[in-house]
Formats: sequence, C-alpha cells, structure tokens
Amino acid sequence: MVVFLTYWAESMQKFSAFELFKQGLNGQAGWKPQWRSPEPKPAYDAVIIGGGGHGLGAAYYLAKQHGMRNIAVLEKGWLGGGNTGRNTTIIRSNYLFNESAGLYDHSVKLWEGLSQELNYNVMFSQRGVMMLAHTVHDVQVFKRHVHANRANGVDNDWLTPEEAKAFCPPLNISDNMRYPILGAALQRRGGTARHDAVAWGYARAADDLGVDIIENCEVTGIVRNAAGAVEAVQTTRGLIKTPKIGVSAAGHTSVVLGMAGVRLPLESYPLQALVSEPIKPVFPCVVMSNTIHAYISQSDKGELVIGAGTDIYTSYTQRGGLHISQHTLEAICELFPAFRRMRMLRNWGGIVDVTPDRSPIVAKTPVPGLYVNCGWGTGGFKATPGAAHTLAWTIAKDEPHPINAPFTIERFRDGHLIDEAAAAAVAH
Amino acid sequence: MLLITCPHCGPRPELEFTHGGEAHIARPENPAAMNAEDWTEYLYMRANPKGLHAERWRHLHGCARFFNALRDTTTDQFVATYATGQPRPDLKGAGQ
Amino acid sequence: MSKTLRTPAGGSVNRAKTIKFSFDGKTYQGLEGDTLASALLANGIRVMGRSFKYHRARGVLGAGSEEPNALVAVRRDKARTAPNLRATQVELYDGLVAESQNRWPSLNFDVGAVLSLLSPFIPAGFYYKTFMWPKSAWDKLYEPNIRAAAGLGHAPTEADPDTYLNRFAHCEILVIGGGPAGLAAALAASEGGERVILVDEQCELGGSLLSATDALIDGQSGRAWRDAVVAKLAANPKVTLMTRANAFGYFAHNMIGVAERLSEHQASPAKGAPRERLWQIRAREVVLATGAIERPLVFPDNDRPGIILADSARTYLNRYGVLPGRRVVVATGHDEAYRAALDLHKAGVTIAAIADARPNPKGPLVEAARAAGLPIKTGYAITGTKGTLGVTEARLSPILGAGRVGRPEIVACDSVLMSGGFTPSVHLFSQSRGKLVWDETLETYLPGQSAEAERSAGACRGQFGLAKALADGFAAGRDAARLTVKRDFVVQATEGDPKGVVGAMPHDRGNGAKAFIDWQNDVTTKDLKLAVREGFQSIEHIKRYTTTGMATDQGKTSNLNALGVISDALDRPIPQIGLTTFRMPYTPVTFGVLAGMARGNLFDPVRTTPIHDWAVDKGAVFEDVSLWKRARFFPQGREDMEAAVRRECLAVRSHCGIFDASTLGKIEVVGPDAAEFMNRFYINAWTKLGVGKCRYGIVCREDGFVTDDGVVGRMSQDRFHVTTTTGGAPRVLAMMEDYLQTEWPDLDVWLTSTTEQFAVIALQGPKARDILTGLVEGIDLSAEALPHMSLAEGTICGVPTRLFRVSFTGELGFEINVPSQHGRKVWEAIWAAGQPHGLVPYGTETMHVLRAEKGFIIVGQETDGTATPDDVGLTWAVGKAKPDYVGKRSLARPAMAAPDRKQLVGLLTKDPHIVLEEGAQVVVTPGQKAPMALVGHVTSSYHSAVLGRSIALAMVSGGRARMGETIYIPMPGGDIAVDVTSPVFYDPEGVRVNG
Repeated sequence: MVVFLTYWAESMQKFSAFELFKQGLNGQAGWKPQWRSPEPKPAYDAVIIGGGGHGLGAAYYLAKQHGMRNIAVLEKGWLGGGNTGRNTTIIRSNYLFNESAGLYDHSVKLWEGLSQELNYNVMFSQRGVMMLAHTVHDVQVFKRHVHANRANGVDNDWLTPEEAKAFCPPLNISDNMRYPILGAALQRRGGTARHDAVAWGYARAADDLGVDIIENCEVTGIVRNAAGAVEAVQTTRGLIKTPKIGVSAAGHTSVVLGMAGVRLPLESYPLQALVSEPIKPVFPCVVMSNTIHAYISQSDKGELVIGAGTDIYTSYTQRGGLHISQHTLEAICELFPAFRRMRMLRNWGGIVDVTPDRSPIVAKTPVPGLYVNCGWGTGGFKATPGAAHTLAWTIAKDEPHPINAPFTIERFRDGHLIDEAAAAAVAH
Repeated sequence: MLLITCPHCGPRPELEFTHGGEAHIARPENPAAMNAEDWTEYLYMRANPKGLHAERWRHLHGCARFFNALRDTTTDQFVATYATGQPRPDLKGAGQ
Repeated sequence: MSKTLRTPAGGSVNRAKTIKFSFDGKTYQGLEGDTLASALLANGIRVMGRSFKYHRARGVLGAGSEEPNALVAVRRDKARTAPNLRATQVELYDGLVAESQNRWPSLNFDVGAVLSLLSPFIPAGFYYKTFMWPKSAWDKLYEPNIRAAAGLGHAPTEADPDTYLNRFAHCEILVIGGGPAGLAAALAASEGGERVILVDEQCELGGSLLSATDALIDGQSGRAWRDAVVAKLAANPKVTLMTRANAFGYFAHNMIGVAERLSEHQASPAKGAPRERLWQIRAREVVLATGAIERPLVFPDNDRPGIILADSARTYLNRYGVLPGRRVVVATGHDEAYRAALDLHKAGVTIAAIADARPNPKGPLVEAARAAGLPIKTGYAITGTKGTLGVTEARLSPILGAGRVGRPEIVACDSVLMSGGFTPSVHLFSQSRGKLVWDETLETYLPGQSAEAERSAGACRGQFGLAKALADGFAAGRDAARLTVKRDFVVQATEGDPKGVVGAMPHDRGNGAKAFIDWQNDVTTKDLKLAVREGFQSIEHIKRYTTTGMATDQGKTSNLNALGVISDALDRPIPQIGLTTFRMPYTPVTFGVLAGMARGNLFDPVRTTPIHDWAVDKGAVFEDVSLWKRARFFPQGREDMEAAVRRECLAVRSHCGIFDASTLGKIEVVGPDAAEFMNRFYINAWTKLGVGKCRYGIVCREDGFVTDDGVVGRMSQDRFHVTTTTGGAPRVLAMMEDYLQTEWPDLDVWLTSTTEQFAVIALQGPKARDILTGLVEGIDLSAEALPHMSLAEGTICGVPTRLFRVSFTGELGFEINVPSQHGRKVWEAIWAAGQPHGLVPYGTETMHVLRAEKGFIIVGQETDGTATPDDVGLTWAVGKAKPDYVGKRSLARPAMAAPDRKQLVGLLTKDPHIVLEEGAQVVVTPGQKAPMALVGHVTSSYHSAVLGRSIALAMVSGGRARMGETIYIPMPGGDIAVDVTSPVFYDPEGVRVNG
C-alpha cells in the first residue's frame, strides 16, 4: 500500500499543449523521465519477456485491467528495438477469416483511442489502406475479403481503378504496366502510427502503474519447478522469481521458449524495409500490392516508407539481400513511375517469426505459467494493442480471451488452421 | 545476396538457389502409425536456432540438386555444404 | 555580397570555359569543373537551403557527400526532376536549373522561419505530447499541418523516362575510395595481375590529393603523383577504375553495391543514354579506403550561412578557386584548420582570428601559422555568431574551465571556418558487420575485428596524414592481393596532431542559445539533453526521440558530437552509450537504379504460347495468369465480355470450340519406378491405370490440403504425361523433385518439365471428332477405340501428337499435344477444318463457365489452400488401398473430417436472373446484422447460356447435408435467397462427354 501511495504521489506528468507551453517558458527543464530505470526485484507476480510494443502493452493491460502491478518487463536491449521500431507501421483489419478479422479489428478499435488512453500521441493516422488487384484471381480474392469483412462489421470497400487513382493520385492505372490494376480493396479505417511512440507510450503508462521496465536484461534461462511449472527466469541481471511468464519476443521466441523445452512451429526470416529522403506530402494513404510485392506510405516526416519482402532463408542477422530491396523498388516504380528519381535514404532489417499458417499464436503453452505471443510474421505492428490486450487477459486468467482463443499452438496438431496466406494463394 | 557453395557445382550466387528449410527431418516411414504429437512435430515444429543451422538448399538454376548446408544464422556465414543423405558434419575440432 | 569570390587563378576548374546555370530562376555563371555549391559560393550566394524543422537559412557546410544543408532540386524537364540533391555533389553543366527547397515564398524570405521563434515550445519529441485533443482534430487539422511543414523537396510528378542499368562484376580485390590510401592500395594490388576494381564517389580519383597544395610524394606534387598513378592504373587491363560511383552497401559474403552516375553531369545526355548503373561486385578481398569526414564544432549559432568546415573551405579554394569569404574567423580544436587558414592567408584572405579551444596547441602547422603572423587565440571557444542570412561577426570567449568562459570578444568576419577534427568513415566497415572499437587516444570509433574478407586502410582506420595513408593503403592492397611487393613512398608534408575535440564547446549564452548538432534536422544540444532528462539513455532512443542523425546525411557530421553531448549529459563515457547501427546506403541511392530495367513488359518475363499471335490477330482480350498471357475471350464486333462468353459457350455446346491450353503445366515422369512415385505423390492410385488411359490426379501438400490438379496420361508402363494447373507447374515440379531427391532416393525416376515443349489445343464440342478426323493419321478416333479419358499417339497434319480424349467442358473433347514449333500450324489446320462445322475460338472465361456448368473445380478458385479433397467432393479420387501418400496422415487429423467443414455445393438463385458476386458470403438465417454467422462463400458464379439462368459454386459449411435447403447471400441491397444443389448443373448423367 505504501508503494502504491508513493506512486500516486509521483503520478505521471500529464502531456498536453498547455504543459508543453508552460515548460517552454522554463526551457523545457521540468520534464521528468518518461519511465524509471529500476533495478530488478528478486520476485514478481508476472514477468513479460520482450520490451517491444506487444510486451510493454501486455504489461500495461495487466496492470490497468487486471490489477497486476508487481510485474516487470525484461528487455535484452532497448525498448522497441526489435520489430516495433523496424516495421512500416501499417495498420488494418480487413482479414478474411472471422478469427483474424476479430483479432485485428479488436486491435484497430484499441488503436482508435490509444493516444488518449496512454496520454501519448502515437499518431494513429487513419489514412486508408488500399490493396491492389492485378489479376482476375486477385479480384476474386479481394472481393471475397470485401464481402466477408462487411459481414463481420469490418469496413472494406471495392474500388475501380479510376476510384483507386482518385484516392491515391500517384498511382499508375494505365495498361502499360506488366500487371495492370484491375481494382482495389480499401479499408478507410486502416492507416499508420508512429512506431516508437507506441513502445514509449505503453512504457510510460505501464511504469506509471508500477510496472518495472528493465532494459539491458537478457533472459538466459527459464527455471521450472518439480511439477514442471515456471518458477523463475535467469537473466544477465540475476535470478528473478515469478509464477507467470509471458513471452513476446518476436523473432527470438524460438530461442526463449527453447529454454523451457517448448518447441514451436516458427521460423525466423529477415524482413527489410526502407525509406526515401523526405519530401513534401505527395502520398495520401497506404498502398499494398501482394501480387507484385510492395507496400508504401508516407510518414509524417515526409519519407516514403516502403516494405520489402522476406529473404528466402532463416536468419537472425537483421540484414537481408540487396536483390530483395531491388525487387521491391521495381514494384514501387512500376506502380508509381514518378518515384523513380526518388532516392533510398535508409534500409534496415528485422527478424520476423513466421508460422505455417501465417497466423499468430497468442496462447498458453504446455508449460504451466508460460504464455506466448508470437508468429506475427510481417504484420505484428498492427496488432500491437490487440495482442497485448489478449495476452494480458490470458496471463491474468490462465485462459484465453474469446478473441485469441483460436490462436493456439494446438491448432497445428488438430488441423484448425487459420490460413490467411493460403486463402490468398495464387493458382489457376 | 549470399554466395553459396553447391557441393556439385561450386560457389554460385543465391539467385540460383531455393531454400528448403531445416535439414535432417526425414519423412516418417509409416505416417499412419504416428500419433498426433509426433506427426505435428514432423510437419510443423522447427528448431529455428540462433547459431549453427543445418538447412536444405536446392541449386535450382544449376544442377537442380538438393543439398545441405551448415550456416550460422547470426552471421549468415556458411560453415559447410554437403550432399543430401550425408550426416550433419561434426564440427568439434574442425576449427570453425 | 555581390562581389565574386572566385580567385584570379588556381584550382582545377577550367577557367577558359564558363558555364551558365540558374538557381531559383536567376542566371549565374560558373566554370567547368565547378559543383553547384562552388559556383554559387563563387557568385556570392550563401543561402542555399532551409533546414527541416525550423526553416533556418543555411549555407553550405561541407564540400562532399556529407553535406546536410545545401539541398536543391535539379530540374531538366517536368519528368526529369530530382529533389534533395546535395549542391556539393551536383556537377555544373551548361543550362543546369536548380531550385531551393522547403521555403515559401522565397529562400531568403521564408514564412516558415517563424517556427524558429516558436522553438522554445516545440522541442524534440513535442508532437508526442500534444495534438491529442480533441481527438478528431488529429486527422483533420494537426496531421495535415505537420505534414505540410515537414518534408524537404517535392517529388517528381511525372514518370521518369530515363533508363537505368544493372551489372554484376567479380574481382579479386575491390578498393573503395580513390584518395591516397585507395590509390596506393590499388597500385599494390594490381602488381599481382589479378582483377582490381577501384571505385570513388567523386568525378575524379584523388580524394584529398585534389585539394592538396604543399605536399610532395616521391618528389612530385600531390596532383602530379595522382595523375601518374591514375594513368598507370588505367593502362593496366586488369584494373577497372570507376568514378562517380557510390559504394553504398556492404552485403553478405563480400558483395558490394555501387551506384554509378553516368549522364547526370552532362548538359545534354545522348538520347536514351542511361542515367545510372548499379554494380553488384563480388570481391575476394575488399580494401576500404573511405577516408574521414571533418567534424563541425558545436557552439551557439553555429548554423549561419558562411560557417563552413575548415577542410571544405580548403577544397573550395584549392580545387575550385573559390574563397569562403574575405575576412575569416577560424574556430578549431584540431590542427588541420591551420592548414586551411594558411592556404586562405596565402590567397589573400584576412584571417581575423584563429580561436583554438585547446590550451596549448603545438606542432608544425600551428608554428607555420604563427610564423605567418596569423592571430591565434589559444584556449578560446567560439560562443556565438551574428548576421541575418550570413555570418557578420563571431563571438570568441576564453575558456576558464569547468564549462565556464570569460568575457567575449566580438570579431567581424564574413565567414567562419571550423574544425573539430576528423571522424573516420567506418560506415561500410560497420555494414559488413565488423566490430567497431573505441579508440581512447583519437576519441573515435575505429574498425576492429572484421566479419568479411576485408581490411581498412588510411584515415578510415585512424591512420591520418598523407605518409601514413599511402603506406597503410599500399600495405592493405598488397596483403589483399597476397603479394610481398614493397614500396616506400617519400613524402614531404606538414602533418598535424590527429586528435580533435568531441561534443559541445563551453559557452555563457544561457538556455536560449542554439548549438546545432544535426544541421538538417535542427537538433541542438538542448534537444539531446532534454531526451536524457526524460529518461532516454540508449543512443538508439535518443536518436529516435530527437531525430539526430536521421536526416538525409544520416549523421555523417553529427553522430560523434551527439555522442559527446550525450556522454556529458549522462555522465558516462562514450563507449558505454552505444552506437547506432550503420545501415546502407552510405549516401542515398536512386530508386530507379535499384529497379533497373524492370518496367512494363520487362517487369516480369511474359510467357506466351505458340498460338498467342493468332489470338492477337483475332482480337482476343488477354488476362495475366502467373507469367502467362492467356486469351480471356474473343469479342466479335462490339461485343462485351458477357456477350462474347455467352456466344462462345453456346457454340461449344452446340458445335465446337477451340481453346489454347498450352499454358497448362506438363511434367514427364519416367522410369522403372514411375508408377510407384505417382502412387506416393498423388492421392490417386496409379498402378492399375492402363497404358493409353488418363486419370484426373490431385496433389495435396503434406498438410493435407489440395495444392494442384490435372489430367495424367499413362504413355507406357514407365512413362506418365502429367499436367498441372497453369500457375502451379513450377511448384508441383519443385515438390516432386523434393520428394524424389530427398525422401525417396530409392526410386528410379526422372522428372522433366515439358510445358514449353508442347502446344496444347483443346477441341471441345459435339463436332470435335468430325473436325479432327481428316487431320489425324494413325489414330482411331471412334468412341470405342478412343473413349473418354484415354489417349493415343499418332500424327496430325504430319506432326507427331499425343492425342488425349479428355474434356473440361462436359462435351466430346480432345486435347491435342504437338511439338511447340508446330503448334500454330496445327491450330490453323484445325481452325480451317472446323469452319464448315461452326468452330469458334474461346478463351479462359468461357472455359470457366463451361466447367462450372459441369461442377468441375478450379484449384485456386474453389480451393484456397484450406480445402481437402473431400471438401471439394473428390473423395472418389483417393486411392483408398494405398498405405500412404503425401497428405494422407494429415487428413486423419480431427479437424479435417469435421462435419461442419466447408464443402463444395451448387447454388441456384431463386431469381434465375441474379448472378451472384464471386466472393459473396453465405448465411443460413436471413436478416442478420454484422457480425453475421457466416457459413461459406461463393467461389464461382456465372450466367449459364445453355441453362438460361445463373449458376454458382460455393463452399458451404456442412454443405452436402444442406442439399435442397434455402440459404442466403447477404448483400448490401438485401439477402438473396438461393437453393443448395449439386454442383453439376448440366448433363448430370454425363452423356455428352461420351459422344
């Protein structure tokens, strides 16, 4: 109780235009750390491994909605340094299957109030996500999405090529393309957000609720008791006892779960992204083309943010081959020939953990007290609030929320796959 | 782009190859006799190691043959490539 | 300042050749050999750009690729416009049109500069703390305004018509950087007769030698030595020299990406001349001789136009014959600034003061300055400047220690030169994943342990000074080439102390002063300190929170100073703060050069069949199916697709249609164990399939889901003619090879793709036999001799054929396989023979309708990677006696046999005129609101001309048990009632196919 009151007294410094103005008169000297830098305690009620948006968010919801405040987030590097800070920030929920649409739309709804909830501007920008159809098969697949989404209460509209160009003027809809555009599916509620702010916003809000956020703390082992349940984590900063561990370690999930003897249907691939030099506003939305492999948006800073594909081999190097970026830019220049003279400013790589059905796992594991949130592949950022929220629920109640209940490990054994990728597979 | 040494053709650029996932996962002799857990293990579970990884490659645009490789997934450096059917090389004392 | 700053003589510009160019609409003159920056400086133009955040007026800071300020758009015409180019790298050509950026209405009067006044209220990361209320204002008000203020130049608005090339190259030794170290390395490496490539980003090789004045190498001037070495290298056929070549990326296994500028520097490039070329160079050994970049000093008001890096000023003077000003203050923490001061002094520039932050600078350069009578103030910091649109005075203060300074002196000037020392360019080394180590003596990061076959040489590994660079470069080149050659360069040069200063200068200007770290992004020391105050400790966080080092120069001039300031703020030594990762590209790379030739029809290969041109002549409309162009329908007159398809469908049902099926994948499975292989691979049984018979085969993945299908013919005991879907051919062959090579090496089987070897002509309809009869030899076409699902070999039109009696339409039909080169001839012969019988050509759309009328599935349309054979009604095809086949075990999983799985059914709308939308969803109970209880979806839907009504196929949960039920298709306009039926709509008894 004493601890709680102490926190109350030092409660979070409110972010607002007024506060910014007030601090401006004072040389911005009065700002406090956005989160503490505590030493790890010997024991917590729960520990989250992985200080990205998903892990920090899970800690926040555990503290906020489930009253678990004696908890910690362990991050081996710096917060948001994994895929949270390396992705192209696309947010959408126009997935095909009911299970997916449920999970991703849960997320979009949380995104819509996230800045206010966290008192941190995560710059969620509902600019619209437009997915291009280049073949008759694409048209069939996207129309199926549009119909399924409408029936699931998820917005997704079918556009003609002319409507697509009106929505995104730089788009080439002429038939001098190799794969001319036959139409597009547009989710207007989709968009982008500022990725770092998501990690920082959750960290600040979780810290305010008493969560210990411990950076530079790598987990080196998971200790289990005689009954097989988790008991503690070994870290580079000492042994930490805990009855519950939530793992949100993205590309490193196989490594962490391996410490508890749990094998997963995961493989980690390099995924690259790149940005152009900043330019004045020219690109009003997000455009994705699965058929020719590219997605693009323009950041608030003015950079064209472009996602490339994965390399064909597994790797933890956070680096991919040049030919992958080349292929991406071929597609971008084909879709937006005026961008051919733009220049790539920065390219980087992340590690994405991919499941056989390209859907995530947010579930209990065979080890009591061990919970996992992984397998988001190339699309985890959009799910950050939803994954965090349902993981927190699963940890707190030792059972899944109805929204994440289908996303088990056992679905692979039983054949209850949620195969978004296969459902869009090209064959004729 | 990786430079991959096909054991049959020599070093070639990655563009000539396809990747075949984890090596040394033999298809069971009698799948029908397997329980659900074992079949799931075969079908889906992967080591995904951070470090030395035995994996399959196929020199598609060359000799078209599958072969195996040991590669360090933290550096992407190849330690060995060897023909399909050969056991994973024992690198202890090989002086990596 | 209107007077020219061009010197009367000197430099390597061509004074005989003046060049006209324009900047912001005004015409100026420069000289051949100028960059845009040097020409503007020569014309007295100091303001060349506006900064990103505060729109502050900025002049040129450097003279090379590190430039953060002088960013311009260069416009040849509406389509050939490139934003954000560094004026320091834009080579001047006659008629060059350049424009400044990020300003309105003009560069010298920019309304946006008001943001600088608001800067106390918009510190680093301010946007995270506000713009949240009211919530709805973010999309409508805040974000559009933030976006409008951000960005630099404007993207081009028209398609770039220029071409870009792509080459691969291989060499034993690649040397990156053509300065003294790189030249020496190439010289040594080329001794062994191996292939050497030397690349440099500038328009000529030489690096620092291009602006050297006093040094002598082997008795020659630096320039003369450089000329001789370049000539020697150029004469060596094993050596390739590349200039204007940006080695931008170091990739795995010693692959280096180089972007070479080919025609951008030319006044009028030849028509069609490529603009740039991408080189992907694989080298056995790489020598990095990438030099070092001068570090600015961090002091209040350090961003005024006219404040320039000292060594860059030397370059402008010695290479371009341009003075930075007439009265110059030099502020430094490093000896090299003295060299600049001496050169300027010699050129007649007044050195108003040299303020050296070091208490007791020594060495030959300092002594030379003293001897020349230059006014040196040791232990002095520059603590401010004044001047609108250009510096007019500098404020110099004695350093008292403990961060304090004494009374300032004001010195009038029109330029300030500054130097904090040199930061080795370790970008490519770091990209190669080599480990950087902190050097206490030099206070900088240097290359440590290599990760690739690579070595650094010269200034980029802290070996400063001409003599060291040459010796180090030569040794590196020699070692890379595995040679033992020796050479000692005799160098006469004045060398200074390599150590400089890192971080911010002390000052007494209070909290309001702006000391810039990152010029372009307007990051000041205050921003970094704020980030630290707010708890950010990792350099990665501070970078992301303040955006330091994230501008288009990627922190080339700012990173080390930022570390210094953060180190002070955190009270932690620099190596404990960490280092952000160096990422490719070293400098920005044009999208076009990475995309290369891949546009339009070169974006992906276009596969066409031998019949393609015939279809083009007949006016076919094509669709893309994987890489293939397939004729979709053959409109006659003004027919639309619906009318054409209706006509084609009826013609096939009543007479005959001809269809190009050449795109179907074909694989020859041959060998003693061919049947056993087929048994293991396909779900079907093959042992008992007789020679000359066909069977419809289905392939599952190991997870039990249908992945491909196609008719398989048995040519002989040991030979199968396998067909696949058009898109699935490579996948099926790869999967077959995988199992054959790695799982079943015991089987003696060969697999060969024959897709391209056969043209396939489908002739479908009641008249098919009549049309063929006269053309075929050696094959009895009668129903008895060649029944449905059989095949025969013979000749057609004198050409060997594999003639399949198969049907994907439900009509009497043949698929005639002939060698590709004869495809067109045979097609035309059949076409001619069919004319009396009402033969029509039909396309894929009609094919789809006809097969749907018969309930035949299309893999990829009815199936979607989640369908089992049973789901699509193909249980009959499973070889039930087989102990195993690919996918069998997975089909035994509980979920695969669940009664609520989606199953293939037919749907008939109550209203026969309504054609359902493909992809439309299915519900059992009408009138639902979202989220609805969805039970399936429509996979195929057409108007059937022969039935005179609409038909549809659908995958519906527990569908086969729902036969006869009415279910609903929820559409925006209301629910559409449909009856669940068998998927076979036409000729369910299958009479016609046996005709």
